[in-house]
Amino acid sequence: MEPLIVSSSPHVYSKDTTARIMLDVVLALLPAAAAGVYFFGGRAALIMVISVLSAVMTEAIVQKLMKKPVTISDWSAVVTGLMLAFNLPPTVPLWLPVVGSAIAIALVKQAFGGLGHNFMNPALAARAILLAAWPVYMTTWADPIRGAASGMASTNWSVSGATDAVSSATPLAILKGLEGTEEQLPPLWSIIVGGTRGCLGETSDLALLIGAAYLLWRRVISWRIPVSFIGTVALLTWILGPQGLFTGNAIYHIFSGGLMLGAFYMATDYSSSPVTPKGQIIMGIGCGIITSIIRLYGGYPEGVTYSILLMNVATPLIDRFTMPRIYGEVRADV
Amino acid sequence: MKKALSVFFNGVINENPTFRMVLGMCPTLALTTAAINGIGMGLATTFVLIGSNLVISLLKNFIPQKIRIPAFVVVIATFVTVVSMIMQAFLPELNESLGIYIPLIVVNCIILARAESFASKNSALLSVVDGLGMGVGFTLALLLLGSIREILGAGTWFGMPVFPESFSPAVIMILPPGGFITLGLVLGLLNKLTGRTE
Repeated sequence: MEPLIVSSSPHVYSKDTTARIMLDVVLALLPAAAAGVYFFGGRAALIMVISVLSAVMTEAIVQKLMKKPVTISDWSAVVTGLMLAFNLPPTVPLWLPVVGSAIAIALVKQAFGGLGHNFMNPALAARAILLAAWPVYMTTWADPIRGAASGMASTNWSVSGATDAVSSATPLAILKGLEGTEEQLPPLWSIIVGGTRGCLGETSDLALLIGAAYLLWRRVISWRIPVSFIGTVALLTWILGPQGLFTGNAIYHIFSGGLMLGAFYMATDYSSSPVTPKGQIIMGIGCGIITSIIRLYGGYPEGVTYSILLMNVATPLIDRFTMPRIYGEVRADV
Repeated sequence: MKKALSVFFNGVINENPTFRMVLGMCPTLALTTAAINGIGMGLATTFVLIGSNLVISLLKNFIPQKIRIPAFVVVIATFVTVVSMIMQAFLPELNESLGIYIPLIVVNCIILARAESFASKNSALLSVVDGLGMGVGFTLALLLLGSIREILGAGTWFGMPVFPESFSPAVIMILPPGGFITLGLVLGLLNKLTGRTE
């Protein structure tokens, strides 16, 4: 007979640990990482490895310096590094992911108290900072080595040859009429499967959706933010079409750019998104509205980064207004 | 003499207007895009501080309590006008790059704070020393922030290149976000180094 143990609560433990959840996210990102390497070649893999390594090293160094326990074994720095690499064009110079990872971990995550205390998604905030700091590197797109858009511009690919890359238009820039012409728009299937110009990790929506399905099945993320986010973008880009109401190409919009990556992996970051179910819907709708407005009327072709960062900042407010009434508590206004 | 020294170093270190009192944030954030701007703004403010502290300290027994703030502002505005005209005449380039922030020294809260909390209670000599100390503290702080931002954001220091050509500067550091990031990190670091982490 087992001895009777008397202890205080909690008595039932969940098997989910931070490390397990983060590992799930890494696993979910692997298909997209593979797709990135497939479409953009060895340089993409190199950028991912550098980004992850420098994120983990920054975390270890900063925690050592701040005399905190070193928590690099919880995989969270790996996730941040990988997400940051996914948000970089494949042509960036190799020191850029190092600087980006250092910003993400040291400035956005550790300076505010480490895991669970960051008020913005570290990878996205780092991307926004990199975009403002080195706009040329961050907006130089090159053709993938495989897929529909390959060979459309003369691009000389080599692992070290970032400077050979020819700046070319992304589908969203064409859609907006910033660069290129309508005929240069890659077919829809190539947007979904991958092989269009863009950041490393956002090229293949199919791979991202496979990972997202895994995360949903593992209940690491809930459907609320991604579905309301993507739904809002689809609705708004369809209604506010270029040739009058209800003429927009919603399908094209939701599969191009970083929307899938942002909606499933970035906006669902635990510490920078609302905890209440109602709040998560509000967050998703807010992200969708801001993304659509930037894409349709703003100065940039893509607005996923800024929409998520803006809603990250609004998260404490959303949480406060959607907090459910505690059972037994007397309402103050009655 | 000892009193004067302690008043001076109080302004430079203990009550540094930027890093301790966190006053005058508008010029601090907006103008520290280059080291030379920091020095220019710092010295202009120092001059106004010394002048206004001296005059207000001399006039403290003649200014009625109820209208002291408008009286202080008139005195400060006089000195700012002097600085502004001198800069327009002799340093037109610096004047151009500091722009609207020179006239805005009038409403810089460091100057009004020193007038209210120090000059209106102390002797003329101590008030001048206080103005000098506060001004030097402000100038050093702006120089530090301006140097960091210029070196990282433009790759130069006082206009001289400090990095080899292959260095591509982080433009964000001389944009507004860079100002906030730099100020926050320097503030945090100084608090850490001086053991003020409450």
